[in-house]
Amino acid sequence: MKVDSKIPAGVLADKWDNYKANAKLVNPNNKRKFKVIVVGTGLAGASAAATLAELGYQVDAFTFHDSPRRAHSIAAQGGINAAKNYQGDGDSIHRLFMDTIKGGDFRSREGNVYRLAQVSVDIIDQMVAQGVPFAREYGGLLDNRSFGGAQVSRTFYARGQTGQQLLLGAYQQLARQIGLGGVRLFNRSELVDVVVVDGRCAGIVTRDLLTGDITSHAAHAVVLATGGYGNVFFLSTNAMNSNVTAAWRAHRRGAFFANPCYTQIHPTCIPQSDEFQSKLTLMSESLRNDGRVWVPKNIDEKRPVDQIPEADRDYYLERLYPSYGNLAPRDISSRAAKRLVDKGHGVGPLKNGVYLDFSAAINRLGRDVVEERYGNLFEMYERIAGEDPYKTPMRIYPATHYTMGGLWVDYELATTIPGLYAAGEANFSDHGANRLGASALMQGLADGYFVLPYTISNGLAPLLGKSIPGTDHPAFKEAENEVKARYSGYVHKNGTRSPDWFHRELGKIIWDYCGMERSKEGLEKALGELPALYEEFKTDLRVTGTDEGVNQTLEKAGRVDDFFQLGMQMCQDALTREESCGAHLRVEHQTEEGEAERDDDKFCHVAAWEWTGEPMNPTRHVEELVFENAQLATRSYK
Amino acid sequence: MSHLTNLTLKVWRQNGPQDAGVFETHVIDQISDEASFLELLDVLNERLITEGKEAVVFDHDCREGICGTCSLMINGVAHGPKRATTTCQLHMRSFSSGDTIVIEPWRATAFPVIKDLMVDRSAFDRIVEAGGYITAPTGGAPDANLIPIPKPVADAAMDSAQCIGCGACVAACPNGAANLFTGAKIAHLNLLPQGQAERFKRTEAMVETMDEFFGSCTNHGECSAACPKEISIDVIALMNKDYRSSKFKNRKELSRG
Repeated sequence: MKVDSKIPAGVLADKWDNYKANAKLVNPNNKRKFKVIVVGTGLAGASAAATLAELGYQVDAFTFHDSPRRAHSIAAQGGINAAKNYQGDGDSIHRLFMDTIKGGDFRSREGNVYRLAQVSVDIIDQMVAQGVPFAREYGGLLDNRSFGGAQVSRTFYARGQTGQQLLLGAYQQLARQIGLGGVRLFNRSELVDVVVVDGRCAGIVTRDLLTGDITSHAAHAVVLATGGYGNVFFLSTNAMNSNVTAAWRAHRRGAFFANPCYTQIHPTCIPQSDEFQSKLTLMSESLRNDGRVWVPKNIDEKRPVDQIPEADRDYYLERLYPSYGNLAPRDISSRAAKRLVDKGHGVGPLKNGVYLDFSAAINRLGRDVVEERYGNLFEMYERIAGEDPYKTPMRIYPATHYTMGGLWVDYELATTIPGLYAAGEANFSDHGANRLGASALMQGLADGYFVLPYTISNGLAPLLGKSIPGTDHPAFKEAENEVKARYSGYVHKNGTRSPDWFHRELGKIIWDYCGMERSKEGLEKALGELPALYEEFKTDLRVTGTDEGVNQTLEKAGRVDDFFQLGMQMCQDALTREESCGAHLRVEHQTEEGEAERDDDKFCHVAAWEWTGEPMNPTRHVEELVFENAQLATRSYK
Repeated sequence: MSHLTNLTLKVWRQNGPQDAGVFETHVIDQISDEASFLELLDVLNERLITEGKEAVVFDHDCREGICGTCSLMINGVAHGPKRATTTCQLHMRSFSSGDTIVIEPWRATAFPVIKDLMVDRSAFDRIVEAGGYITAPTGGAPDANLIPIPKPVADAAMDSAQCIGCGACVAACPNGAANLFTGAKIAHLNLLPQGQAERFKRTEAMVETMDEFFGSCTNHGECSAACPKEISIDVIALMNKDYRSSKFKNRKELSRG
């Protein structure tokens, strides 16, 4: 099967306008005849559901949370990029496009990325109109900050809670539509299967997390805005309930999964403090605007941190990457930290962190300014680490944060199953092999507010007057029965170990062999260990309680099952991509200085995996990437 | 890093909304003071599963104090003993060896218990659906810098907008009132120039929806003291002022119609 990205013809800057000019429309009176299901209520899902309902479609929105406002977009701290050039510092749509392509290490599509940069400006207008309280200058105009991987200040922010404010904005628009009857909300409902009839997505099967009831829902189109799969690592900055199940169940029904090995490790998280830790906490990358990263030069350093003189400190990002310094992109900063910690320069009780030091900023700007910019982040750090960052430098270390890979989609955000779309972090489309800071919020809202409403109408228009399979179709019943058997199977295994135990073991394997650095040897080892552990999971799992009523242990079992299958594919993807690019570093492919070495001749493509029924044996398809505007170059932040 | 030893947990167990609940006692022999409070419950649950028993049900998600999913009355205090801190950000260093810790769900009529420590907070969503938004359909927004907003106004709106919707205010209130939650959303939107068009309609609709579900405010101030985001009780004053105005303005509008 050929994967066709369907990039519209024409020069780059005109592609999206050309697409919109030629896209088919649905008459306002006919929109109400179409049912669209949106799964997930984060930035992408809430914005898509609200906008589609405003247009007049019947929308059913699903979330496994108690309220749409809980979606994990809420935890994004630092900001959202937009090519507004309000600072007059040389920004433009073209520059945001170039920064994103370069940041993604030339592994994303030009057409998609350019469109993202174009609609970024509309997002800010839209969110301000909704009442998002972005930071402002004294004159009342919007303020910006700079972020990693860019030399302009284009990041809009709301203190350290930008994701929260944007999500609440989108949630409020969704709530308005729920109140008006345009959207029906199904909360505490988890997608457990996708139904395909005659090659087209016919709907979904959900599990009610309060009753355990399995229900089918039919629709003309289904949008998965179900987030990323970072929790495959067990320890990550993702929320505890974030999972891959929706995307994975779609994959098993025929949607290709692209570039699963592209997982981003965020450089500024609070280091792990003990072994039963349940998750890691991110400290916004925006802190690197004013914080200086360093480690002691001497690996046996015993002096208290404030008594280590300047001469004995290694400000390694400033030393290695003088032009970007502490704002080097995430993958580069993360690997630099890992190398120094591996060499023994780590700080803290477990020697597993590096310092992020604000003393210079406090001296230069005063404590008040630093508090204004980062106050809530400093408080959060103090609560978790028990140290005051105004006095002692923060300790940070990289942690899994975001997944660039995801469901393969074309220019219309359509998966390889007609009628099934993927948006936000759930798709793979815009960030290539590495995402720049403050671009996730941008992409989620771009997809939901400004892309899907056009592409879904183009997809629905030809269906007018045609009937679609209802939930009484045998395919729905069959899927429901499979789901019931799967969940009752978990309950009746009567093994000895909890889903969390398996999740932790799985995460260790993935982190060790498919984390910040990957090698052929390590990946092959992982691919030997994973199927064995998965077999144990199938026989030795213990889920207490029943499959009726609330059972969080059971919910977890289903998610861990899918993480296992994804984990195997991740390692295969990493093994077959014999180059280093962005967040994917293969130790066999690096320069003497440890910088990534891409192989554009062999790997300038997207790997799109097809499910074959056997997790260890998926089929790899290739979508060649064509660069007509950006020139393939070695990424340099020196 | 040190350890706490010999903690006695009294955990509320309740099978369903209609069932009677009981306190179940568990002893945790040892736990790191670096552990978070929810990690303590994780450890307990892991043990219960190993023993073939059902895990304690509790809501939680981001564990960074921002999603508002976690709850818990800890020793009778919403989100536990540490000020301005959600349960997920509470660490065991706030407790001592030998402590007895009582863990209950939010206590409020408007938040019925679903199971164990999990409650239903969807009444909050109903309040927002009634008017907690600015009508701004996608597509027609003017340039973001067209309307300058003075920094103090934007900051004040942000102070209120920080509410995470956890429900601690309701759980702490002797009347089970949701005035701090509702007031925070009203203050956020009513302070901004973009929010003026619907200011009074919004206030009236939200307050009256709130009254359908929640108790009445008698200015105890427990809500603000329990709030993990330290939302000021001033938002309630603003809400009351706008509600009073709305009744006058909307009466005029009714007489016109």
